[in-house]
Amino acid sequence: MSEEISLMKGNEAIAHAAIRYGVDGYFGYPITPQSEIIETLMEQAPWKTTGMVVLQAESEVAAINMVYGGAACGKYAMTSSSSPGVSLKQEGISYMAGAELPCLIVNVQRGGPGLGTIQPSQADYFQTVKGGGHGDYKLITLAPDSVQEMADFVGLGFELAFKYRNPAMILTDGVIGQMMEKVKLPEFRRRRTDQEVREQCPWATLGKTPDRKPNIITSLELDSARMEKNNERFQAKYRLVEENEVLYEEVKCDDADYLLVAFGSAARICSKTIEMARKEGIKVGLLRPITLWPFPSKILHHYADRVKGILTVELNAGQMVEDVRLAVNGEIPVEHYGRLGGIVPTPDNVLNALKEKTVQK
Amino acid sequence: MNANDIISPENLVYAKPGLMNDNYMHYCPGCSHGVVHKVIAEVIKEMGLQEKTIGIAPVGCAVFAYNYLDIDWQEAAHGRAPALATAVKRLLPDRMVFTYQGDGDLAAIGTAETIHAANRGENIAIIFINNGIYGMTGGQMAPTTLSNMVTSTSPDGRNVQMMGNPLKILDMLALLDGVCLATRTSVHTAAAVKRTRRMIRLAFENAMAGKGTSIVEVVSTCNAGWKMTPAAANDWMVENMFPVYPIGDLKNI
Repeated sequence: MSEEISLMKGNEAIAHAAIRYGVDGYFGYPITPQSEIIETLMEQAPWKTTGMVVLQAESEVAAINMVYGGAACGKYAMTSSSSPGVSLKQEGISYMAGAELPCLIVNVQRGGPGLGTIQPSQADYFQTVKGGGHGDYKLITLAPDSVQEMADFVGLGFELAFKYRNPAMILTDGVIGQMMEKVKLPEFRRRRTDQEVREQCPWATLGKTPDRKPNIITSLELDSARMEKNNERFQAKYRLVEENEVLYEEVKCDDADYLLVAFGSAARICSKTIEMARKEGIKVGLLRPITLWPFPSKILHHYADRVKGILTVELNAGQMVEDVRLAVNGEIPVEHYGRLGGIVPTPDNVLNALKEKTVQK
Repeated sequence: MNANDIISPENLVYAKPGLMNDNYMHYCPGCSHGVVHKVIAEVIKEMGLQEKTIGIAPVGCAVFAYNYLDIDWQEAAHGRAPALATAVKRLLPDRMVFTYQGDGDLAAIGTAETIHAANRGENIAIIFINNGIYGMTGGQMAPTTLSNMVTSTSPDGRNVQMMGNPLKILDMLALLDGVCLATRTSVHTAAAVKRTRRMIRLAFENAMAGKGTSIVEVVSTCNAGWKMTPAAANDWMVENMFPVYPIGDLKNI
């Protein structure tokens, strides 16, 4: 038995995984450091094989609204961008959350604010998990730390999005998007037929058949009493996601005196740091949130009376650290170490920060 | 005596289109929207497209268009209807996809989406209601507001030096290779309604035949926003709107 292993960039893995998963439509606009996604799709020309639509839109705004149109038809529709472009998509994401439409959005983050830099960053954490667009809504957020997870999370993202009728995001960054690694791409699945979409998504606007009322996809409800009910329905759904869909990875946490908490590329750096620390006799574990929303609060709380302190490591000025602090609720010290503006810390940098901020205290 | 006693079958020469439901319309008396809705319902029915049609509603007075025609609808964010329609038509190429948009939606906030969908020659129909004013939000200036026209955000009349000129966006769209039909109509007389029906039917036929983008601009009244009676609004439209937005085909291939 031979496994089909490829060597490719994280961005390319997303594109190949989308074709293989049976995605119906990709709509995007070029921006560094993620343009390989649309370039790979255009090169692969899946409209000739699976029938997948690939379209370069006139803007990020148009692209996310094309995703809205496709998702409203029950189709697997996706887009990708990087931080400044994802800011433009926030309107559409809020509308899709309000209209309860499933889709996949990929954010290959770069440093901001503004036009910022094209180098990697994790500074869109707040934008992603705390809102971004207007209104009370949540975005299912997956944070891959390898090219393999870039490929795997395309399918996982769509599964969760359709299970809960809610947008999902792969929140990654320029490191994971640009680095090349071995990857085993998912098996080819055929795209769903219109009939299958009708059965799986009875709400989809595929044309009104005589056996049902018109399907109307909207986020509008002028009657406040009904709008409150809609919001309560969304919140109940969010609680269900928080109950059932939390994902995280624990590395050497069993005997740890200290915990590093990091996601995505920062977690890759930390996995080296814990080896270095343990050689020096400091027992450190790594807890890597894979879903950033729903956030792994329970497991973090569990560690609050098992470790002496936590250091969160992020490529930002301290965003996820707030959720870690909420999770441990003041029981142990939680410090933050981050580099800004596209600078990626070395494992050494993290080790020094761990000693200064957490171990010596 | 009730209505059914008067409307006996032998007296019935006209009926509400089957696709229109009994929901009360929120449009003001005298507004052009109701007539255009009715025409669209009639055309979809006569073309047998009820099961194949997906409508995209705008933000503006027609935001609730989906309440009145019994077809599948998507409600777009302000100005984004052509982007939604692009994806729907490409993912479901055998369906009839149309957008229904006002002047603020199509020619201000949605200009990019409109121009680029048309430039790609998306096989969709765009029904464009141009009444020169923002009706839903209470009568503010639109991109199509005439020079010197009074609105709540141009209370001394539209000063074109300060506020820009009336945007003849259909003229711009007619220049694009992706566009097969760019035509202006109105619905203020029976003859005008008949021509609007012909043009909307042609737009829907073009969309199904894959000929490119069709835009039917219906030059309309907003008697509430214009602060006129419906009859005076019709006269005002003929006198003032038609010289700037002349009725007829700009492109029909």
